[in-house]
Order: sequence, then structure tokens, then C-alpha cells
Amino acid sequence: MNARRQANAVDVVVVGGGHCGLAMSRALSQRGIGHVVLERGAVANAWRTERWGSLRLLTPNWMTQLPGMAYQGGDPGGYMTASEVAGFLSRYAARVSAPLRTATTVLRARPSGTGWRVETTQGDWQCQALVVATGGAARPMVPASAAAVPSQIAQFTALDYRRPSQLPDGGVLIVGASATGLQLAQEIQRSGRPVTLAVGEHVRMPRLYRGRDIQWWLLASGVLDQRLEEVDDVERVRRLPSPQLIGTPERAALDLNALQHHGIRVVGRLAQVRDGQALFSGSLRNVCVLADLKMNRLLDTIDNWALTAGVGDDDAMEARPAATQLPTSMTTVLDLKAHFRSVVWATGMRPDHTWLDASLRDRAGTLRHEGGVGGLPGLYVLGQPFLRRRKSSYIHGAGQDVAELALHLTAHLSRGARDRIATHGIAPRFASATLFH
Amino acid sequence: MNSQMNLVENGVNVEALLGARAALAQAPQAARFRWRATSRWMNGTQTRTTIDGFHGLGGEQRHRKAFTFDTDHPEIFASEDQGATPVEMVLVGLAGCLSAGVAAVAQHRNIQLHAVAASVEADMDIQGILGIADDVRNGFGAVRVHFEIDADATAEEIAALVAQSQKRSAVFDILANPTDVHVTAGKVAS
Repeated sequence: MNARRQANAVDVVVVGGGHCGLAMSRALSQRGIGHVVLERGAVANAWRTERWGSLRLLTPNWMTQLPGMAYQGGDPGGYMTASEVAGFLSRYAARVSAPLRTATTVLRARPSGTGWRVETTQGDWQCQALVVATGGAARPMVPASAAAVPSQIAQFTALDYRRPSQLPDGGVLIVGASATGLQLAQEIQRSGRPVTLAVGEHVRMPRLYRGRDIQWWLLASGVLDQRLEEVDDVERVRRLPSPQLIGTPERAALDLNALQHHGIRVVGRLAQVRDGQALFSGSLRNVCVLADLKMNRLLDTIDNWALTAGVGDDDAMEARPAATQLPTSMTTVLDLKAHFRSVVWATGMRPDHTWLDASLRDRAGTLRHEGGVGGLPGLYVLGQPFLRRRKSSYIHGAGQDVAELALHLTAHLSRGARDRIATHGIAPRFASATLFH
Repeated sequence: MNSQMNLVENGVNVEALLGARAALAQAPQAARFRWRATSRWMNGTQTRTTIDGFHGLGGEQRHRKAFTFDTDHPEIFASEDQGATPVEMVLVGLAGCLSAGVAAVAQHRNIQLHAVAASVEADMDIQGILGIADDVRNGFGAVRVHFEIDADATAEEIAALVAQSQKRSAVFDILANPTDVHVTAGKVAS
């Protein structure tokens, strides 16, 4: 490689022109810090090109806000479609005058000198700090059993699925019981393709509770503000599937009871594909019991908060959602070719950090970080599940994360500048600042 | 982690378990165990199986003493009923595993147990093992476990104990999920 390739110099490179990258751009501009925002496509690229047609946010419009811009439309209780999110983010990019370089794909980033070298399809950048804001849902995770699915059966992931008509007629096996799995199960079943849904551990939540959106309760009661150090097992909460919610105008509930009512067959977690047969775990009853218990604990937390805060009317106390019902006899084996024409893997997404130097990534290929601060000075990541607090997964959670990390980043830059003046170009030491206060 | 004083005594050393979890997360090699059994056919349908050593924590381990178990078939199968049937031994494993899990989770959650009773039942259509019907599997069609638990806890907390115990149970997993089983044979030189 030619290490002497020409590079543009800038204080900070932000990779990704989504809500996190744009919010960081605003924070940097406010501090007068020179930066660029590199974006492989146009602003909000994933929302434009990598989401299925009917997708809407899991949070109501009034919650969709970024530093300096809130929802202004006439439907605060509604849920934005993916293209509405893209429009919202485009307006935000204009409002914060983000220094965007669109159609610029980052090929590789690595530590270089006292900072970072970022190679792109449109030339290289040398910077003091690198902000990774490429999103949490970029690479679909597909289990190894996908390789054993007979070749006659079409396979899709949540990333390339768009609409039911894309699938061949006939049975569909959907693997995964997150918001994605349940939403796709519902619309594919409605298209006339009989759906079987393989269900492992999941997170159940009612759309409405005591007359309000569940997200209102989570925000008001402080659940969404829960911080990293308040949870027992950070890795576990980061891996949790998204809650079984859907944003529809009628604010309908989406759960396994509703899906079975529409004729969807529910089976256990896909344990293995062997000799053309799908083997489903016998743990289905227990994962449903676990999800019901956890949902009721969450609703207990909300009730207790409502009582203390004097919110809501006890008389209006709503009945809890019914326990998950399952058939008395459960299917544990299905011949794939006999029952299915397609399989949709809704088995989770990972960030795509493969362009980052391997030494910075963990075994799963994802950037190692502590509350968004990477393992080397001047490296930051945004927009990951539970990055710093529970709401980090959501658009409205970016504001606080960005504010705190921008502070850390600013301190890093001024420390670097001081050290360079003091030592004439010797690399600054990384003083590990306390992340949490 | 829950660090309030432990007033509860279920006879499970949770500190040791949590210590082991923390230590083994750093040393995955030591977490790889291998369980062993050796058996000798006695007569008819009777077999005697001995459990003695196993491998774990990076080395060979031994039980305090060797345990032997006789399995046989009941008299209605024209056998001598010298022990439980092998399929019933599976129920022994499931009851033991889930109950140990209930005790460990209760200790961790500071719940005092007074009594834990489980009844385990498994359905089996023996047309499968007799080769009468090809579409009937050899093994269990369904397994049901019912716990009666006396503890200083609400009904919901007890339900959560039992659910968490299943989630972390090896035998539950062995029964609920497929496992690659590899059987070989050699001829003894005469």
C-alpha cells in the first residue's frame, strides 16, 4: 500500500449520515470543530434502500426528535414510515448544515500517526477523531442451519425482504420473534401465504397500556433512561430482540395470540435443519412463560411508578394482556420441502464494522467500545443497542449519547493539541476519562 | 449484582457458582466438560452402568465415590425388573436438573425454599420402538413436569423460578433440542 497517498486533513470524520451522524455533526459545528460526514448513499440511506415497504417506527411521532428538531406534523400519535424517517432526516441535515460527502463509501479505517486514516471511494482523510455512526442494523445474522435448507426453497433476510409478493406462493417459514419477525409474519400471512413462525426468546409488550402508548410509559417512568451500570448483564441486554410492537394507525397489538388468531402456526426456536427437516425446540412454552412474566414485571413497574407519580386513574386500570396461548400439541419437526417455498430469516442484525481495522473489533466483528468510546484514543461509536442507556436504540435516544460523547471527543482533541504543542508531534497518551457521572 | 445480605439458606453456594461463572468466562477451555458412563450388560434387558470420573476445569475429576445404576424392563415386558427403565432414568435426570436449578435460582434471588416437589411424566407410544408404525417416533411424544413449591415468595416469583430453571437446564435442553449422537462398535478379540 502507498502510505504516502494524498489525504485531506480534518479534525473529525463522521462515518454515516443517519440520525446519529447528523446529530454529532450538529454538536461538532456548535463547538466550531472541523469535520465531514461521509455517507455511502444519500442521507438516511438504510431507511431509503434497506427496509421493507410497510415498516414504521416502533415509537410515536411526538417522540421522534433530535437535538434542535422535533416532530412538527399533525399526527403526533402516529408512527413514521421508513420514507417519512428519511424525509425527517433530510430536513435535519439541511437544518444543521451538515458538511456531507454523499456517495462516498468508506473502504477502510485504521490508526495512523496521532490520529486516523480513512480510505474512501472518493479519496482519503486524515483525522484526529473518528466517529462510527453507520447504524446498528446493517448486517443480517443468519444461523448456520441456513446452509442446510434445500436449494429449492428461496431464502430472504430482513435486509432484502421488501413485500410479500416478492416471495413465491406457498408456505413461508419465518425464523425469529422480534418486532421484525412478527410484523413480517402478519403481512405475509395476509397475502395468502401460510406462515409458520419459529419463536425463541422474545420481548412482549402491549402497544397501549392504560390508554397510552407503551413508549409513553417507558419514557415517563424512566425505564428508557436506564443506564449501562444499572443493568446486571450488559451483553445480554444488548442482544435482546426488539419488542413485539408495530406502529399502525389503529395502534393494534401484535403478539403471538393475535398471530395465531389469524392462522399463523407457532413453533419453537429453529434448533437445526437435518436431512431436509426443520427441527424446532421444545422450549416454546417456557420462552412464552418467560416473556409473559417479564412483560408483567414491566407493567408492574409502570403501575408502581404511576401510583407514586399520581399519573393515571386507578379505575381506568387496564386488564393485563392475556397469557400467551399455545396449542396443546406442538409441532417439533417439519419437512421443509413439503411445507415451505421460502424461509425468511428475522434472526437479528449486527452493525457492519468490517471496514475498521481488525484489532479494534471483537470476535463477532463488531467495534469494541465502552459506552461509545472505542479502544483507541479518538474513536467513537454511536447508535448501537444500549450504547449508554436503554433509549440508545431509538432515534430520540441519540441526543444525550451524542452530547456526552461530543464532550469526550472535544476533550480528546484539546488534549491532543496541547500534547502536540508540548512535545512536538509525539502521540498523546490516552487518559481514560470516566465515562459515567 | 444483588449484594444485599443473604438471610436465605437453600444449601446452594451461589457465591461459588457466580465465582465459577466469572472465572470460566475468562477461561473458556476450563468450561469444557466431558461426562462419562461405562456400562456392562448383565442379562436379558438388564444393564449396569457406572458413573465415576469426568473431565472438567482443565483436568480429570472424580466423584466422591462411584455410583452404579441398574436399568431393566418391567415384568409386563417379560423382563425381570431389576431396575428402572432407561427412559425413566431420563426423567430422573430431568427432575434432578430442574430441581437443582430451582434451588440455585431461589438462592440467588434470596427466596427461602421449604419444599420443592416435582412430578414428571412422559408420553410414549411404543408402536415406535416395536416397529409397528413408521410415523411414530421411538422417544417421548411429550414431557410434562409439575412443580409444587413451598417458599417465601409470591406465586409469580415461584413461576419465574421454574421458568429460569428451565432456561438454564442442561437436561431440559437435551430433551428439547436435537443432539448429534455418535455410536461406534468394536469386536472384542477372542
